[in-house]
Amino acid sequence: MSFIMYLINGISLGSVYAIIALGYTMVYGIAKMLNFAHGDVIMIGSYISFVTFSQMGLGPVPAVVISIVVCTALGMIIERVAYKPLRKAVSPLAVLITAIGVSYLLQNVALLVFGANPVSYVSMIAVPPLKLAGGELTITGITVITIVLCLVIMGVLMVFIKKTKAGQAMLAVSEDKDAAQLMGVNVNGTIALTFAIGSGLAAIAGILLCSAYPTLTPYTGAMPGIKAFTAAVFGGIGSIPGALVGGILLGVIEILGRAYISSQLSDAIVFAVLIIVLLVKPTGILGKPIFEKV
Amino acid sequence: MKSKKLKNKITTFLIVIAAYVIVEIFLLTGNVSSLLQGLLVPLCTYSLCAVGLNLCVGYLGELSLGHAGFMCIGAFTGAFFSVTTADIIQNDGVRFLLALIIGTGCAALFGFLIAIPVLRLNGDYLAIVTLAFGEIIKNVINVLYVGKDSNGWHVSINSQAELGLEPGGVTYINGAQGITGTPHSSNFTIGVILVLVALFVVYNLTDSRTGRAIMSIRDNQIAAESVGINVKKYKLLGFTVSTAIAGAAGVLYAHNLSTLTALPKNFGYNMSIMILVFVVLGGIGSFRGSVVAACILTLLPELLRGLSDYRMLIYAIVLIAMMLFNWAPDAIFFREQIMARIKKPKREV
Amino acid sequence: MKKRVISAVLAATMVCSLFAGCGGSGSKGGETADADTFRIGGIGPVTGAAAIYGSAVRNAEQIAVDEINAAGGINGYQVSLKFEDDEHDAEKSVNAYNSLKDWGMQILAGTVTTTPCIAVADKTSADGMFEITPSASSTDVIKNDNVFQVCFTDPNQGSASAKYISDKGLGSKIGIIYDSSDVYSSGIYAKFKEEAASLGLEIVSESAFTADSNTDFSVQLQDAKDAGADLMFLPFYYQQAAIVLKQAKDMGFAPAFFGVDGMDGILTLENFDTSLAEGVMLLTPFAADAADEKTQAFVKKYNEEYGETPNQFAADAYDAIYIIKAAAEAANVTPDMSVEEIGTALKGAMPSVSYDGLTGSGMKWEATGEVNKEPKGVVIENGVYVSID
Repeated sequence: MSFIMYLINGISLGSVYAIIALGYTMVYGIAKMLNFAHGDVIMIGSYISFVTFSQMGLGPVPAVVISIVVCTALGMIIERVAYKPLRKAVSPLAVLITAIGVSYLLQNVALLVFGANPVSYVSMIAVPPLKLAGGELTITGITVITIVLCLVIMGVLMVFIKKTKAGQAMLAVSEDKDAAQLMGVNVNGTIALTFAIGSGLAAIAGILLCSAYPTLTPYTGAMPGIKAFTAAVFGGIGSIPGALVGGILLGVIEILGRAYISSQLSDAIVFAVLIIVLLVKPTGILGKPIFEKV
Repeated sequence: MKSKKLKNKITTFLIVIAAYVIVEIFLLTGNVSSLLQGLLVPLCTYSLCAVGLNLCVGYLGELSLGHAGFMCIGAFTGAFFSVTTADIIQNDGVRFLLALIIGTGCAALFGFLIAIPVLRLNGDYLAIVTLAFGEIIKNVINVLYVGKDSNGWHVSINSQAELGLEPGGVTYINGAQGITGTPHSSNFTIGVILVLVALFVVYNLTDSRTGRAIMSIRDNQIAAESVGINVKKYKLLGFTVSTAIAGAAGVLYAHNLSTLTALPKNFGYNMSIMILVFVVLGGIGSFRGSVVAACILTLLPELLRGLSDYRMLIYAIVLIAMMLFNWAPDAIFFREQIMARIKKPKREV
Repeated sequence: MKKRVISAVLAATMVCSLFAGCGGSGSKGGETADADTFRIGGIGPVTGAAAIYGSAVRNAEQIAVDEINAAGGINGYQVSLKFEDDEHDAEKSVNAYNSLKDWGMQILAGTVTTTPCIAVADKTSADGMFEITPSASSTDVIKNDNVFQVCFTDPNQGSASAKYISDKGLGSKIGIIYDSSDVYSSGIYAKFKEEAASLGLEIVSESAFTADSNTDFSVQLQDAKDAGADLMFLPFYYQQAAIVLKQAKDMGFAPAFFGVDGMDGILTLENFDTSLAEGVMLLTPFAADAADEKTQAFVKKYNEEYGETPNQFAADAYDAIYIIKAAAEAANVTPDMSVEEIGTALKGAMPSVSYDGLTGSGMKWEATGEVNKEPKGVVIENGVYVSID
């Protein structure tokens, strides 16, 4: 019975990782950069929903909408100001370092605005827990919501990319930026759109993350951010189903490792599995193989 | 071409030596603030790390986000040696030298072992795997307990109580509390000597047959392979030297503080990234730039102390601004225009 | 060419920073000659993940210093306070200490967290400076004779908790969760376990977490639930404890919960559903809603100035400043004495000081630096602390 409980908790944690990983994976697929500030956008999204829902007393729907809008705008501003000027820089590392700078900036702004004291995040999703097997198994409402939402978002995104013009443009830019430009795709607009979607998802991920693990500080986003990034690589960075698979596997391995191997070494276990996977399949579980041209 | 490289090399050595002499003169006349005195060894530590990582990023062309992990290995093995032999080896200098050799050697050994499987990957995948290794090292050290009593050594990866030490036994590595009481054997002179040695090693390595082989792999691996260069061997060599330098930095770090713990702050991925920031800001492939950038970015937050709450915020903004200024194509173009305008009148004179 | 220009600019910045450093030392000479104020320094994390502890200490020390100055100062001299950030990093902490030395610090009321404190204690001992730490609780901190603690040592809390649980018969099957990456938590845990064994308490489940995975406790709680624990011992801070309590409730696990002084603050956590903490017991030297006049005045003032309820760190820090005052008055030190003279005098006076503060009455110190005070057992009922005794 405990095993099933652990598995469900792992899937729930993994679903949050998966939504965060989506943001990493989409941005990586299109702009070929690791957006280290993504975790901190999550944190900002959580704070915005906290302020609007718990402090200003708005309903859950406006709170979520405002939080998504703010994060989307934030993501686009960051892209325009900090990343776009460096898109054609000699070394791809330049934009990576700038992303780190943005991450520090967001953390310290949050520290000044919201203070160092953690706040207790009250879940705005009031769904009663599911009781199974005669009360032996209790699955919290938030777990159910997280898993369902994660699947819905994945589905919508896949359809968006397959069926819409903007989605096809994204695909084209991720394949070959220059060729896409020649074919009349607005590359800058597409990249901005990707950042917007990724950051909007970050807001949702933040709300789910904090609803499940309810303390919020300016540093809340950093560790889930890194783990979700790991999940994205795990599943094959650039691949949307890969983010789902990687996220959920990572969550399950983390929880099971903690339960059955060592609760102190759970991070080491997660990272060790990642290394083994990459050594066996160097582009992640669902990643496309890289062909080298001579 | 040759002479220009040589000149470049000599300039770098001269800058480091000049900085050392100036600081020593100020120290002798007692004109240096305590803050700066305390920062001298850390400046050397981070310069070393940056030089080591620059070899990996700039010449090997491989992005490593795990150098803090190798620094951590160097720090812990070196400090462990010093603490355990504090009674046996009385001479501070000898003990530090041995600790340095052990720390550097262990970091190099781990670097070598890790590199064998990992260097098959490339690009961002290599980066994430090195990041993962760094985190694993930190995580494992945090649960490592090592003690000694009359029955010999005891090791546990669970808790201090599990060591089962007899009364009078000593715990040397106490899990998250790490190692306490490492002797203060580092000083500025040793630090500068290490930086000079590291510079000597990397300059000679990059300016040799081996170095050219390594660079050819960076520029085009397939071409290099086709002319018969043993890619694996050179990659391993470059990576191992790079991690060895990080290990030496770790030993220096450990012997400057009386307490050594593997926190996310000092040996986590954040620190690896910080070292990468030094490298990128100082110029990828420029060892001199790495040293200068490491010094400036270590000094910057300390000099901003007056701003209290806004300190780290300003630091972040300065970092972003410097990156944009140094790397953005538009900014470079703009800068060149300005430079041209300044230079023109001079020529007329 | 471009590269050379850049490096020239960078080198120039370096030289400037060097001179800036010298400038600092130049003014230092002038400042120490300023003989009519005591210069007390504080060090702690005010940025970074541990910022909450450092900012609480900074705020409370400022309140205490302002009060003392308004009431005529120490031995008739005014006090000035400067607080520096260390980001909870040993190296940064030493930098902060050196920077305070340049400012002319004579007494150190810090540092807040243990690991940096060990590194700084080494420096204060070399300089002969008197140091009192509000909250660094490891025994390694007070290895040197110039360092004193306001808080309990970790082993002290561990054994007190075990004795308390055994004496009051609070539980028979004990589950423990602790933070193995935290010196404070693992220190208490180790001693608690040892003491529990000698008292015959049965520990049925023990599991750890680390700073990198401190948001999900479902595994640890499930383990304790399966082992049938009827009392959970939680020796860590309230931010994590809040999550533990919520997750335990969500999974329908309701043992008794027992915390240590790090648990204090859980009721003031913004937006926290206090019904979750109903029935939680903790040993703490300070309770923000205690009825005594001193605590109430402090809490009121802190609330007015900083808009939040002070936690245990703030109370320890407030006491630390007053303890410095008490010792300084007992030793009759004046600001014109050198750092070492002040250090020696205060160090000598500490064992004779007895101080009634927010975190204990009749606090006394061993010459080793350890404090003697009684922990209070409280239980949370209807959202407030009620004494168990």
